[in-house]
Amino acid sequence: MHELAVTENILQIALDAAQKNGARRITAIHLVIGELSSIVDDSVQFYFDLLSKGTLAENATLHFQRVPSVAVCLDCAHQFDAHAPLEPRCPQCGGARLQIRGGREFFIESIEVA
Amino acid sequence: MKIPVVKQILNANDQVAADNRALFDQLGVFVVNLMASPGAGKTSVILATTARLPKNVRPGVIEGDLASTIDADTIAARNIPVVQINTGGNCHLDAPMIRSALANLSLDAIDLLFIENVGNLVCPAEFKLGANLAVVIASAPEGHDKPYKYPGMFAVADAVLLNKADLLQVFDFDVDYFRRGIEMVNPDAPLFPLSCRTGAGVDAWVSWLLERYAEFAKERKQSAVM
Repeated sequence: MHELAVTENILQIALDAAQKNGARRITAIHLVIGELSSIVDDSVQFYFDLLSKGTLAENATLHFQRVPSVAVCLDCAHQFDAHAPLEPRCPQCGGARLQIRGGREFFIESIEVA
Repeated sequence: MKIPVVKQILNANDQVAADNRALFDQLGVFVVNLMASPGAGKTSVILATTARLPKNVRPGVIEGDLASTIDADTIAARNIPVVQINTGGNCHLDAPMIRSALANLSLDAIDLLFIENVGNLVCPAEFKLGANLAVVIASAPEGHDKPYKYPGMFAVADAVLLNKADLLQVFDFDVDYFRRGIEMVNPDAPLFPLSCRTGAGVDAWVSWLLERYAEFAKERKQSAVM
């Protein structure tokens, strides 16, 4: 639901970086997004296409690199991919003491310019 | 040509949040960001909490809502300084909104500032406001699966309140299951089951909050001496 605000920020950061480097056009933006960061890729792309019209970033492609988050079982040390809704029990030993690690990434890694 | 950027997407908001925090610190205002679904009892928690504060801890409130001043009017009726932010459909408060709202609040007369975020378990988790504590309120009727479905929100909580605890049995609410879900993403956040309606459990939460406030006040005093 907050994709509009997020997309405005993505566009601004990309435009700033492009201008600083004297680029004429942004062709791609690479984003790194953790699995637990609540953001819908298609929705960001939709807003991006609207907001970027008439800017250096018009027609740029957004690339989403999703970083998985991992559930670690504190009973048997088994590790498995975690995403919402979280699995309440370890699939290996049935233990209910789980720890989620990572998946909160939310940054622009790079842009491609011409 | 590829240009490395490596910048947090919400960097602009984070910067303003840091500015807000610096201002709060300077004025000795301790700030709590209350987040919850609509109807979990954010306003009720503010009323129950402020009613139990000692005289020397003066409360203030920033009310975030899509529209309306219903909650702000309720707070104002208790003679608590309050300012309303209407986000006009925006699903969360952000740091610049808080900065604007501060112009309408006498921070000199406030020690403990509650920010009631927009009712939503998704978006507010991503936007820092400059608060000292993030507190998530869940409630019995919502069900015990909320931490599993909205891990991002429970991961940012410094404390979790479970409101309407007088109704736990009615809703077959499994507190242990709920607690394990929180611990998966956030092993350190204390959980306070309470009922704003009956008052049960509220004192435990308020004592914890006042301890955090006392730590803040003490640190501030020490840094002033140095």
